[in-house]
Amino acid sequence: MAKFRKGGSRQMAALSTASLPDIVFMLLFFFMSVTTMKETDYKVKIKLPNATEVKKLEKKSLVSYIYVGAPLASYQGKYGTEPRVQLNDKISNLVDIPDYVESERQAHDEAERPLLTYSLKVDSDAKMGIITDIKQELRKVSALKINYSTLKTERKGNY
Amino acid sequence: MAKKVGDLNASSQADIAFLLLIFFLVTTSMNVDQGLYRQLPPPQDKEQENHDKVNERNIFIVLINKDNQLAIEGELADINGLTERTIEFITNPKDKADLAEKVPASKKLEDAQKENKAEDAKNWQKLIDQFGDIGITKGVVSLQNDRGTNYETYIAVQNAIVAAYNITRDKFSQEQFGKVFDELSADEQKLVKLVIPLNISEAEPRSVK
Repeated sequence: MAKFRKGGSRQMAALSTASLPDIVFMLLFFFMSVTTMKETDYKVKIKLPNATEVKKLEKKSLVSYIYVGAPLASYQGKYGTEPRVQLNDKISNLVDIPDYVESERQAHDEAERPLLTYSLKVDSDAKMGIITDIKQELRKVSALKINYSTLKTERKGNY
Repeated sequence: MAKKVGDLNASSQADIAFLLLIFFLVTTSMNVDQGLYRQLPPPQDKEQENHDKVNERNIFIVLINKDNQLAIEGELADINGLTERTIEFITNPKDKADLAEKVPASKKLEDAQKENKAEDAKNWQKLIDQFGDIGITKGVVSLQNDRGTNYETYIAVQNAIVAAYNITRDKFSQEQFGKVFDELSADEQKLVKLVIPLNISEAEPRSVK
């Protein structure tokens, strides 16, 4: 092997790290663009049910969320253990829903208002009673586009 | 003469970028929101029900009671068979008298013309040109639940019914265009939706025994 070594101790050229910032910036921009900041803190426990026929929610800006579930342990003293409605950051009552819809409408252009979708994020253990009440409240203020938020699973069986 | 500015040391740029990168990595949640879309019926002013317009045979009643048991057309049933039963109901391949009725597309076209709905008439005409004078199902799936029904069961039933419609649309698209529904163009999808309209009615709330 010694005959390949020419000129004694030759140092390996230092690896240029000049492109490292570029690579990091690229990654940074990627993550910046795909990041969606968590819109609210959950104050209720939500374990979404599964479904196979799901569609993606288009246009995040046109979606308003309504959370339903049993309050988390730290809020149970105040709100009890029965499933409650959470609008924005607050655990609310059913009567607050029309106001919430109105405030969501005010936050959008007139042209976009009919396209507003209300996504119901409901815990699997909730009962339909509260959901039915929410739906009635939404109907009263003509907020008719809703989406039952679910997780996706694969369709079973041979269709 | 201006004093020459020394080279700016940019070696910390990478560190800053890394810091930001890590911040966004941590805060990123990749999960996309998805779910089942549903259109609620508009608020009812009058108490009157407009059920009399729909023939008994054209309603497919699915009941869920407070113990999460399922009844299809009045009989206790299992959720596993629901998709199949719904497909049979809306397609009615053997033209059974107790399953959904079909109206020829030409009749729909006539109705639309009578009511001066130019847009609808145009769509029906397009449909007849494309598929011929085929039968359009009049079937409506009526889903009724109790206040005590579990949300999970309710979603499972909703899902099974939507699956029935999706499968029927896929099958029809496959026969007509050789592609599944999702791969069709927007215009073609519109036509298939006209042939197999998604009719799920959620009754006014009431208690189910």
